Amino acid sequence: MIHEFFQLLSGWSSLDTAIAGSAALTAMSCSLPGAWLVLRKHSMMGDALSHTALPGVVLAFLFSISMKQAGWVSAAQEDAFLQLFLFVGAVVVGVGTAWLTEWVQRLGRLEGSASLGVVFTAVFALGLLLIRLDVDNVHLDVDCVLFGIIETAALQKVPGTSIPEPVLVNGAIFLANLLLVVLFYKELKISAFDPGLATSLGIPARGIHYGLMAVTAVTVVAAFTTVGSILVIGLLIIPTATALLLSERLSVVLALSVCLAAISAALGHALTLTVPRMLFSRLGYPTIEDAGTAGMMSVTAGLLFLMALILAPGQGLISKLIHRLRLGLKISGDDILGVLFRFEEKTAMRPIDISVPALVARQNGMRPWMVSLSVRRLLRRDLVTRQTSGELVLTDRGRESAKSLIRAHRLWEAYMSKHFELPDDHLHETAHRVEHFIDDDIQERLQSELNAPTKDPHGKRIPELSDS
Amino acid sequence: MKQLLSGLVVAVLGAIVLVEAHNTSEEGHSFRDWPITFSIAPQATTVAHAPEVPTANASPPTPPTLLSRLWRVLSLRDYNTRVVLLGTTILGITAGIVGTFMLLRKRALVGDVVGHSALPGIAIAFLVMEGLSPGTGKWLPGLLAGAFVFGVAGAVSVMLIEKYSRIKPDAAMAMTLSVFYGLGAALFTVVQKVPGGNAAGLKTYLSGKTASLITDDVWLFAVVAGVVLTVTMLLMKELTILCFDGEFAAADGWPVFWLDTLLIGLVVTVTIIGMQSVGLILVVATLIIPPASARFWTDDLRRMTLGAGLAGGMSSFFGTIMSALFPHVAAGAVIVLTGACLFAVSLLFGTKRGVLIHWWRQRQLRREVGRVDLLRAAFELVEHAVSAPIPEFDELTAHELSLADLLMMRTWDAASLQRLIIAAVREGLMHPTGKDTWRLTRSGAEEARRLARNHRLWEMYLMKYAHIAPSHVDRDADLIEHVLDPELVAELEYQLDHPDDEIPQSSHATSVSSLE
Repeated sequence: MIHEFFQLLSGWSSLDTAIAGSAALTAMSCSLPGAWLVLRKHSMMGDALSHTALPGVVLAFLFSISMKQAGWVSAAQEDAFLQLFLFVGAVVVGVGTAWLTEWVQRLGRLEGSASLGVVFTAVFALGLLLIRLDVDNVHLDVDCVLFGIIETAALQKVPGTSIPEPVLVNGAIFLANLLLVVLFYKELKISAFDPGLATSLGIPARGIHYGLMAVTAVTVVAAFTTVGSILVIGLLIIPTATALLLSERLSVVLALSVCLAAISAALGHALTLTVPRMLFSRLGYPTIEDAGTAGMMSVTAGLLFLMALILAPGQGLISKLIHRLRLGLKISGDDILGVLFRFEEKTAMRPIDISVPALVARQNGMRPWMVSLSVRRLLRRDLVTRQTSGELVLTDRGRESAKSLIRAHRLWEAYMSKHFELPDDHLHETAHRVEHFIDDDIQERLQSELNAPTKDPHGKRIPELSDS
Repeated sequence: MKQLLSGLVVAVLGAIVLVEAHNTSEEGHSFRDWPITFSIAPQATTVAHAPEVPTANASPPTPPTLLSRLWRVLSLRDYNTRVVLLGTTILGITAGIVGTFMLLRKRALVGDVVGHSALPGIAIAFLVMEGLSPGTGKWLPGLLAGAFVFGVAGAVSVMLIEKYSRIKPDAAMAMTLSVFYGLGAALFTVVQKVPGGNAAGLKTYLSGKTASLITDDVWLFAVVAGVVLTVTMLLMKELTILCFDGEFAAADGWPVFWLDTLLIGLVVTVTIIGMQSVGLILVVATLIIPPASARFWTDDLRRMTLGAGLAGGMSSFFGTIMSALFPHVAAGAVIVLTGACLFAVSLLFGTKRGVLIHWWRQRQLRREVGRVDLLRAAFELVEHAVSAPIPEFDELTAHELSLADLLMMRTWDAASLQRLIIAAVREGLMHPTGKDTWRLTRSGAEEARRLARNHRLWEMYLMKYAHIAPSHVDRDADLIEHVLDPELVAELEYQLDHPDDEIPQSSHATSVSSLE
C-alpha cells in the first residue's frame, strides 16, 4: 500500500509543483492574519469576511468593466485596474463588515455572534443580488470566487516567465503580512491578550482591530482564486489551532502555524493525487483519479489538527491520559502505604470485611484496576509484601516511605490548625489531598515553622525521619 | 400560546390542501401564460455551475405592467407562485422559531456550521446508494439522511474540540465548518467522475432550487414545521429554563445535555431541509435574523418565539413576492434582504430594546434626575440663607434663587442648568422673578421639601445601618434618591423612627463650605 502510494506519487510533474507551491504560499499568507483572529477569539469573523467579500469582488468587476466600456482604460490595462479594485474592495468590505457588526452589536445590545450572523448573511445576499442584476454584463466566474480552482489558477503564468501567477500574488501577500506582523508584533500581542492594558499603554485597540480586518480581507480575496471562499476559513484558522496545541509561546505558535499551513497545502496535494485513487479503485470505481486539491488541503489541515489533539506532548489526549494515570498510581500507592502504616500504629482499625486495595479504591473513588496496578507496583519496588494469608504488609523500605507521607500529612494538619484556624474535623480531608506533594524540603520548613512539634492536632504522633 | 401554535399548524395544513385543490383545476395553463421566474441563487455552496435558468423566453408579446403583475402574484393565480410562497413562508416560520432558542443559547452560528458540514454527507450517501444499486444515487430521503448524519457530526465535533482541547468555541466552529466542507468539496469532484451515476443536479441539494419547489417539498416543510412546533409546545418550560440560565438548569437537575442535543437536532433538520430547497445562506439567515429582530420587541420568551416565527414568515412571504415581480432577482437573496430590512426597523423602533425607545428612556431619566437635582439644590440654597435649621414653607417660596448661586451647588454648567430651569418653569415648579432669578412656586416648594427629606432619610439610613461615613453618604444617596417610592420612604421612616413630615437636618456641611 505504501509502495502504491509512492508509485502514484512518482507521477509528480512540474504542474504539481506549481500547484503545491501556489497552495502552500496561499496557506502561509492566510495563516498569519488567521493566527490573530484565533487569539482574539474572532475566528468566525474569517467566515463572515469570506462571505462579505463577494459584493466587493462583484463591484470591482463591474467598475473595471465599465471603465473599459467608457474607454478610459485599454483592454490591456483592465486587468491591472481589476486587481487594484479587488484589493480596494476587499479593504472596504473588511473594515465595513467589522464596523457594521460592532455597530449592530453595540446599538442593538445583541450578542456578538448574532450580530455577525445578521450582518454577513445580509451583505452576502446583497452580493448575490449584484451578480444577478448584472449577470449579462459581467462574466464573473462565480465558481472560481466561491470555490476556487487551484488546478487552473496555477496554469496562469506571470507574463514572460514560468512562475505561476498565484505564486507571485500570494507570495507577495505573505511577505507583506510577515512584515506587518514583525513591525506590529508588540502591539498585536498586547491587544490580543490584554486589551485593557493595550488601551492604557496608548495602543489604539480599535485601529489594530480594523487594520487586522482589512489585512484579513485582502488576504482572503487573494486566496479566493486558489482555494475559494469557504475553504479559506480553514487556512485562516486550522494551522494556528494546531500550533496552539503544540506550543505555549506566541512566537513559536506563529512560526509553527506558518509551517503547518505550508505542510497541509503540499501534503494535501500529494494526498489528492494518491488517496482517492487508492481508495476508490478498491471500492470499484477505477476511473476516479483525484479529488479537488483545495478541499483536500482543508481535510489535511484537519487531520494534522486531529493528530496534534491526540499526540501533542503536554496538551494531547494521550499525554493527558498518561499524566492522569501516573498521578492515579502515585496517589493510590501512597494511600496504600499510609493505610498500612496507620494499622501498624494502631491509630486505625483494620477492617475485617474489606481488603486494603478495595478500601483505598473506595476512599478515592478510583477504579479497582488502577489500585491493583499500583499494588503490583509497590510489590515490585519491594515496598510491601504479601503474606501467605493474602494480607499486605509494609517492608522496612515501605515503612520509611510511609513515614515520610504520614509526617507530611500530620505536619500539614498542624500547620493549618495553627495558621488557618480551621476546626480539627476539617483538617484531614485537605491534608489527605496535599500530602502527596509535600516533599522533604517543605517538611523541613514546616517543622521549623512549627517549632518541631511531636503531635498533630488530633494528638497523633508525628513520625521522625530515621537518619539512614 | 398552545392554541396559537396549533392554530398555525392547522392553517399550514389547510393552505397546502388549498394549493393542491387549485393545482388540479388550474395546472394545465398556469405555467405558460406569463412565466414568473424565480431565479436560483448561486450560493456559497455551489460546487459547479448551476444550470442556467431559462430566462430567455421571458419576453411575451405584450409585457404586462408592474401593477398587473403585482395583482397576479398577490392573487396567487399561478400554481408555481403559490407553492413557492407557501414553502418559503412555512420554512421562514419554522426557522425563526428554532432560531430563537439558538440565539438565546448564544449559538446563533451553529446553523452555519451544520449546513456546511452536511456537504460530505450528501456525497457519501450518493456514493453508497450508487454502489449498492446503480441509478438510485439521488434518492432524496437517503441524501437527506446522509446530510443529517454529517450535520450532527459537525455539531458534535465542535462540542468535542471544545471539551478536549483549549481551542475556543469560535475557532472550533470555523475549523469544523471548513474541514467538513473541504471533505465534501473533495468528494464532489470524485462524485462527478463516477461512471454511469448521473451526478448532475446533485448540487442543487446545496444551492437550493427556490424556483422549482414542488408540492412534495412543501409537504416536507409542513411535516418539519409540525415536529418543530410540537416539540417547542411540549418543552416550552424546559427550553425556557435552558435559555434563561443553562447552568442553573443543569444544577437543578434538568437534562441540559439532552435538551441541547434536541435543539441541535432540530437545527440540523431545519437546515438540511431548507438548504436543499432554498439554499444554505438563506437558512442560516432565517435562523438568525428573525429571532434577533423579535428580541427588540419583547422580553417574554413565548412572545419572542411567536414574533420570530412571524418575522421569518413575513420576510419569506414579502421576499418571495418581490422576487416574483422582478425576474432576474434571486428569491433567496431577496428574502434575506427583506429580513434584514425588518431587522433594521426592529433595531430602531422595537418597543422593548429598540434604539429609539432606549434613547427616549435615557432622556426621560436624565430629565427626571436633573429636576430632582435642581429642586434639592434650591432647597439647600434656601437652607443656608435662612437662620433656622430647616427652612419653613414660606421661606422656600419667598427666597430668590439666582443662576450664579444655583451654579455653585453642583458641578453643572450654566447651559444645562438653564435648560433644567426652563423645564422646571414649564412644569410650574419655579417662576421667573427677573433676569436670571427665580422663585419656587408652592408646588415646587412642596416637591423640594419632599425630595430633600427623602435624600436625608436615606443618608441617615446609610449612616445608621450601612456604617458609611457622613462625608460619603451624599453621593450614595444621590444615586438612590431618584428611585425612592412612597412605600420605601414609609419603611425608612419606620426604621429610623422618624416622625411624619419633618425634615432631618443635613448630616454634613459640604454644601455650606462650597458656598464660601
